[in-house]
Amino acid sequence: MSSPRPRLAVWKFASCDGCQLTLLDAEDHLLDVAGAIDIAYFPEATRGEIEGHYDLSLVEGSITTPHDAERITQVREMSKALVTIGACATAGGIQALRNWANVDEFLSIVYAQPQYLDTLATSTPISDHIDVDFELRGCPISKHQLLEVIDAFIHRRKPNIPRHSVCVECKLRGTNCVMVAQQIPCMGPITQAGCGAICPAYDRGCYGCFGPSQSPNIDSLAEWWGRLGVPEIDLIHALRTFNAYAPEFREASEALER
Amino acid sequence: MYLKLRGEEVLDLKFKIFEPPRFYEAFLRGRRFSEAPDITARICGICPIAYQTSACNAMESAAGVELTGGLRALRRLIYCGEWIESHSLHVFFLHAPDFLGYDSALAMANDFPEQVQMGLKLKKIGNQIMTLIGGREIHPINIRVGGFFRVPTKTELESLVPDLEWALEAAMATTKWISDLPFPDFERDYEFVALQHPDEYAIHEGRIVSNRGLDIGVDEWDDHFEETHVAWSNALHARRKNGGAYHLGPMARYSLNSEQLTPAAKEIARVAGLGPTCLNPFRSIIVRAVEIAFACEEALRLIDGYVRPEAPSIEVEPRDAIGHGASEAPRGTLYHQYQIDSGGLIIDAHIVPPTSQNQLSIEDDLRAYVVGRTQLTDDQLQWQLEQAIRCYDPCISCATHFLDLTVDRE
Repeated sequence: MSSPRPRLAVWKFASCDGCQLTLLDAEDHLLDVAGAIDIAYFPEATRGEIEGHYDLSLVEGSITTPHDAERITQVREMSKALVTIGACATAGGIQALRNWANVDEFLSIVYAQPQYLDTLATSTPISDHIDVDFELRGCPISKHQLLEVIDAFIHRRKPNIPRHSVCVECKLRGTNCVMVAQQIPCMGPITQAGCGAICPAYDRGCYGCFGPSQSPNIDSLAEWWGRLGVPEIDLIHALRTFNAYAPEFREASEALER
Repeated sequence: MYLKLRGEEVLDLKFKIFEPPRFYEAFLRGRRFSEAPDITARICGICPIAYQTSACNAMESAAGVELTGGLRALRRLIYCGEWIESHSLHVFFLHAPDFLGYDSALAMANDFPEQVQMGLKLKKIGNQIMTLIGGREIHPINIRVGGFFRVPTKTELESLVPDLEWALEAAMATTKWISDLPFPDFERDYEFVALQHPDEYAIHEGRIVSNRGLDIGVDEWDDHFEETHVAWSNALHARRKNGGAYHLGPMARYSLNSEQLTPAAKEIARVAGLGPTCLNPFRSIIVRAVEIAFACEEALRLIDGYVRPEAPSIEVEPRDAIGHGASEAPRGTLYHQYQIDSGGLIIDAHIVPPTSQNQLSIEDDLRAYVVGRTQLTDDQLQWQLEQAIRCYDPCISCATHFLDLTVDRE
C-alpha cells in the first residue's frame, strides 16, 4: 500500500481571500493536486474537516485581533510545515496602514459603535508571532509559485522562488523599460519578481505588490522618481501600499517622511 | 451564529460575521483618487472587478466624465468575466455539493466528474477574460479611473470566441442539470433591489430600483438606505430607511430585469422553469446558472461589436465633489461614495458591500427556515442553516463553511 497522502490545511486571518482563491484558480491542476495531497481543511472550498495534524499549512492574512494572535499559535502547533501566502500574511497587508495611525480614530471613522470591536492597534505579519518555514509573496500570489511551493514541501526540497527584481522579468518578457522609454514611474527595480512583470507589459509602472526584492536600492529609485518629477508624497504612498510593513519598504518610507 | 429556541418558537437569532476590521474607509483618506480602484480591489479577492468598477464609477461621476464606446464595452466585458468566474465557483464548488449531499466539489468529483470538470472549465474561461483585459484574474492591474492603461486589439479579444461559444452551451447544459436538483419548498416575499439600465441587463451601471417602487439615481443612496452597527457582528447592517430588509443579488436582478436577458439566456430560464420572478433563495443557483449563460452571450456580443478605442483612457480632472458609484457584484449591488478635493485627494470614503446589505435578509430567511426544523440535531440544523446562508453567495463564504452554531433550547 502507498503511504498516506500528505495533509494540507488552508487558514485565513485578516485578508481578502484572493490568495487562497489562487489554489482554486489553478483549474488545470486542481484535481491533480487534490489527488496528490489530502486537502484536509479548506473552508473556502469544502465544509469537510479532518481534525488533527497537518503536514503543510498555508496561511493567508495578517494578525489584527487578540483572538487571531492566539489562533495562529495553535495553527503552528498543528502544522509540520507552515507557509505564509501573500502580502497580508508575509508583510501585514494594506491593513497595516493602521500601524502609522491611531487605531481608535480609525475605529470611529468606520464604525458607529467602536466599543463593539476587539481589535489590535497593529496589523502584523505571521512571522512576528510564530516561526514560519517559508514566505510566499504577492498581492495576490502567483499560481505557478504556489504550485511550486506545495510541490517543494511535499518532496521536502527547497522551493525555487527567485528573489531578484521585476526588471529581470521585463527583460525575459521582452518589455521595454517603461521608466526609461516612457518616463512612467515604476517600482520594478525594487520589487520582487514572480508576477511575470504584468504592469509594464500593459504600459503601466509596477506598483510593488510582490514586496521588496533582495537588497532593494530604494535610494536610487527615489532619485529616479525625483528626476521624473514625482512628488515625494507619491513615493511614500507607493511604498505604503500592499507591502507597507515589509521592513525595507517601511524603513524607506519612514526615512522619506523625516 | 446564535439561535435561541423555545420548542418550535425562535426567541432569538443572530448571524455573526467575525471578519476582522481592516479600516479601508479610514486609510483611504489622504490617498489619491486614482488609487481607489487598486486599493479597494483588495477588499475582496473573489470580486475585485466589482470594487474597481464601483470605485471608477464614483470617481468619474465626481469628475463629471463618462466612458463611452469601446472603453465602456471593455468595462462591461471584463465584468462578464467576473460573473462567469464567480458564479461558476459558487454554483459548482459551494452550492451544488449542498444539494447533492457532498462536503465539496472535490468530494463530488468522483461521482460527478463531468460536471466538476465543466465547472472548472467555465470558471477558467471567466478568468481568461479577466486575464486578457485585466492582466491577471485576481486584482487585475489594467483598470483605472477613466478607462484602462492598455486596450486589447479586436484580434486579441476574438481569441476568446471559441471558448465562449463552448461556455454558452455548457452554461445552458448546467442550467438544465441544476434545475432538476431537489430544492426545499421555501419562499419569502422580498423587496428586491438591483441596478436597472434602459438598454441592457444592468451589470456595471444603472439606476437603483426595487420591486416595491424604488427608482433612484445612485447619488440618492443615502436618502433611502442606512447602515447600522450591531454588537454581535463586525459587518455593518444596511437597511431601507423605512426600516425594512432588502434582498440583493441574482434573484433580485432576475426578478427586476429578466426581460432584458439575451435570447439564449431567456430561453434556458424558461426551460429551467423560472417564471417572471424567483422567491425561493435555494433556487438562486438556477438564476446564477442562467446569468452565466447570459454573461457568455453578452461577452460574445460585446466582442463582436468591439472597436478598439483610440486612447486607452479619457482624461479625468479631479474637482471638489462627492462621487457616487454602484455596480452589480456577482452577489449584489456594491455602492461606493467618495468626497475628493480639487487636488485629487480623498477626503472621505464610504463603501457598502452587498453582503452587509443582505445580512438582515439572511437573518429573516433563517428565522423563517428554522420553523419546522427544530427537531433536527444541532449538527443537521447547522448544515441546513449553512445552506440557507450559502444561497446568498456571501463574501464570507469561507466563514459560512465553519459556521459555529450555538443552539439554546429552552
